[in-house]
Amino acid sequence: MSEATIKPRIEKAPLGERMIEKLPVVLVPALAMLGLIAVGNPATWLTLTVAGLAMGLMIFIMASGLTVVFGLMDVINFGHGAFISVGAFVGFTVLIWLGGWTSSPSVFLNLSAVFMAILVAMLATALMGYAFERVIVMPVYGEHLKQILVTMGGLIVAQQLIYVFWGPDEMHVARPESLQGSFVLGEAAVEKYRLVAVGIGVVLFVAMRYVLKSTRIGLLVRAGVENGEMVEALGYRVRRLFLMVFMAGSALAGLGGVMWGLYQETITAHMGQEIMVLVFIVVIIGGLGSVEGCFIGALLVGLLSNYTAFLAPKVALVSTIGLMVIILMWRPQGLYPVVKAK
Amino acid sequence: MSEPLLQLSGVHTHIGPYHILQGVDLTVPKGGVSVLLGRNGAGKSTTLRTIMGLWTASSGSITFQGRDITRMETPAISRSGIAFVPENMGIFTDLTVAENMTLAATKGPIDPKRLAWIQELFPPVRTFWNSSAGTLSGGQKQMLAVSRAIVESRVLILIDEPTKGLAPAIINAMTDALKELKETDTTILLVEQNFAMASSIGDTVAVMDDGRIIHDGDMAEMVADKELQERLMGLSLEAHQ
Amino acid sequence: MLTRLLSGDKPRSRVLTLLLLVIVISLAFAPFLFPGTKSLETAARICIFIALVASYDLLLGYAGIVSFAHTMFFGIGAYGTALAQSVTGPSFVSILWGTAAGAVVAAIFALAIGLFSLRVKAIFFAMVTLAVASAFAVLVSQMSWLTGGEDGLNYRIPRELTPAFKLIKAKVFDVRIDGKLLAYYLVFFASACLFLVMLRIVNSPFGRTLQAVRDNAFRAEAIGYRVVWYRTTATVLSAVIAALAGSLLAIWLRYTGPATTLSMEIMIDILLMVVIGGMGTLYGAVLGATIFILAQMYLQELMGVASNATSFIPFVSDLIAADRWLLWLGVLFILSVYFFPTGIVGRLRASRG
Ligand SMILES: Nc1ncnc2c1ncn2[C@@H]1O[C@H](COP(=O)(O)OP(=O)(O)OP(=O)(O)O)[C@@H](O)[C@H]1O
Ligand SMILES: [Mg+2]
Repeated sequence: MSEATIKPRIEKAPLGERMIEKLPVVLVPALAMLGLIAVGNPATWLTLTVAGLAMGLMIFIMASGLTVVFGLMDVINFGHGAFISVGAFVGFTVLIWLGGWTSSPSVFLNLSAVFMAILVAMLATALMGYAFERVIVMPVYGEHLKQILVTMGGLIVAQQLIYVFWGPDEMHVARPESLQGSFVLGEAAVEKYRLVAVGIGVVLFVAMRYVLKSTRIGLLVRAGVENGEMVEALGYRVRRLFLMVFMAGSALAGLGGVMWGLYQETITAHMGQEIMVLVFIVVIIGGLGSVEGCFIGALLVGLLSNYTAFLAPKVALVSTIGLMVIILMWRPQGLYPVVKAK
Repeated sequence: MSEPLLQLSGVHTHIGPYHILQGVDLTVPKGGVSVLLGRNGAGKSTTLRTIMGLWTASSGSITFQGRDITRMETPAISRSGIAFVPENMGIFTDLTVAENMTLAATKGPIDPKRLAWIQELFPPVRTFWNSSAGTLSGGQKQMLAVSRAIVESRVLILIDEPTKGLAPAIINAMTDALKELKETDTTILLVEQNFAMASSIGDTVAVMDDGRIIHDGDMAEMVADKELQERLMGLSLEAHQ
Repeated sequence: MLTRLLSGDKPRSRVLTLLLLVIVISLAFAPFLFPGTKSLETAARICIFIALVASYDLLLGYAGIVSFAHTMFFGIGAYGTALAQSVTGPSFVSILWGTAAGAVVAAIFALAIGLFSLRVKAIFFAMVTLAVASAFAVLVSQMSWLTGGEDGLNYRIPRELTPAFKLIKAKVFDVRIDGKLLAYYLVFFASACLFLVMLRIVNSPFGRTLQAVRDNAFRAEAIGYRVVWYRTTATVLSAVIAALAGSLLAIWLRYTGPATTLSMEIMIDILLMVVIGGMGTLYGAVLGATIFILAQMYLQELMGVASNATSFIPFVSDLIAADRWLLWLGVLFILSVYFFPTGIVGRLRASRG
């Protein structure tokens, strides 16, 4: 057939529309600017902004798995917080074992200890994710109500098991020597660990984007989010793909747990459940199932929390709810609504 | 007529509380094009989806190449050599045309010769190779959907209304492409409402109504028998006019 | 007469009827049957939770909506009454307006959340309520100038409802007829009324439509019901009743704090009670709340004893320590969602006992 019949049909959205399409990306710098105006002092602002980015990226790490899992199989895991807590406890246990490495002045040993803690925590939470998917989630596919209830039950049991294994008290571990203290940039003090957190977060985001955009698995995940049936009809087992994504998401939650734990230096069995509030807000803001949306939502929530924590500490959490409300009024499905072919 | 490639006997399908297929008996012979006609809501798409395992038959049996596939899962059915072009085309709009094609090639990288042939059949697949599939027009999406189904050689292709909502010129192009595909030893089960198109390409024909097959036979016979057409037309084809 | 009181919705199982009778009679005569402060506390708690859990069932069981903000509404009611008492001093008038104010605020919150998030996707609602309720709890504990923060509020209630008030001099069956007893019967009858009102609601045309919406929202929408309206109304009704139950708690305890009303633990308790009792039956709330609270009060002690007895087996004794009883409830909860989604009531009805 002739090309002429085809050409005219390619539609380029008008410039204005494409701008609006990209608008969510602009929100992050816009919020940072607003923060600068509200905070006033640039040095304080820089400290807060780095803290906000670090917090946002950690939330992103924990939330990304949840959102992809939802996109792929329409499963919302209210027990996701359990992986965060377990990851933190496993990671801290490893750090305690490696006490010699963490207290040594050698940066290399310090980082190795953190790396080991992260690795073991991710392994443990990935395995836990496997068990969770098989035992808790699989029997209730397609039934949202039961899913919410059962995964909530899973969360309770997991939290209680943390008490059984690690005792009822909170756990305290100091950050390794070289991750303590701050850099001083002009008048601003920026905690070293926050920079490390930002670094890990950015690297992970880039890696995740690469996997999703350029590997076959990533393509399958994106295709599956849009139309799982068609992926099956092409011959791929979406269930198995889902299990892999679920485990990866659990491992990321575990990683987030270790990072968050090191950030606070104190962890409790409930920490996951508490962070889940922010995770849910982020996932809703971003649009259920969207990784990009989740990323932007996480940065927004991280920045806003830190600015308000400085300006009006009592309303920090409420302000993120306010942000969610505003964004949902603008886009009822979140920043990047996921197209579902159904 | 050659041996049956695909055979449905007494297939019933329930969707939730609704009893949609009520004992479908359908035989698709090896080679050539079998056409499935029927008015809107007759159950044609449900039949194809049941063959693919996207709905599970509640009773009856489906055999493909002598193997019972009634209870098999969709991916296994697909890998046994059946490709599917669903009614909504199932394009991954978030992916590029190239990525859509790559995913359809499950046995390894796409064979360049075959790709060239496909792009010959459907030029937009070449023109928009690196574009996002979401930006394609309806007709181009349909071409991509068929291309995806034939990116590797398949035994049987199920195509659900490939001419739905297309301009006449594109319908002709699609018909030509399917005719060429027919020459390649691939069997096609085609759901169609456009009788002109269906009769120009079909070898056998079955007509559905209310979840059952109410007629089946050779297409030539049906084309010749105006009275039969009239009778079935009233049931199945008027909806399209 | 009884049938009318129950809105024609009878227990439909002989064992269930018997169990309900035992519970109702025990609660009605609790001060006389089980003398002692602890048992009266337990009985009052059961009454309040029956109303609270039933109001959650209205939402979860009858409308198919999962909310994590039920304790927020419970808390709003409790704080409404509590603040009224602390601000204007103890009086029945302030109880009335505090309770009314709590109910109205709860209704407004529920309306806002419902209109906002029920429109999009049912699953949104669960997440949004979780986030909002957590933020609310944090806010309450931080606004200590108003709410007393984590410590909560202690206040006085009208003297007629306190042990200091003697209705009659003599004892009846060895029980003092004092204000505490009056308070108990206030709680008992108010809870019973709330329960009967809910029975009426679920058996009204509204309640039936609600269940049709739950079973097939798509179809209900096609028939022409405004699904969002039904869901939001259910949310508001359930929130108001939860707030009223909260007011009862505030009156009974003479104390209101985050731990007794707003905490996630209580939300989880409510979930467990509904599911174990039986979703979508209301009677499940009676069984669920009674069994759960009795277990909470007495089984925990038993577990403590068992744990001590097995203290020589390290891991096992940890598993059955009194603090770990939530672990076993969690397991029970998961199992009941899988295997007995209709809970105890569903089981009893199915076995036609
Ligand atoms: N997901 C579903 N849920 C409920 N009913 C369905 C569903 N899918 C199809 N049906 C019903 O099954 C019947 C057959 O539908 P089907 O799509 O198979 O018809 P069709 O012959 O392909 O029609 P058309 O020519 O319009 O594509 C219809 O009555 C339809 O309403
Ligand atoms: Mg169809």
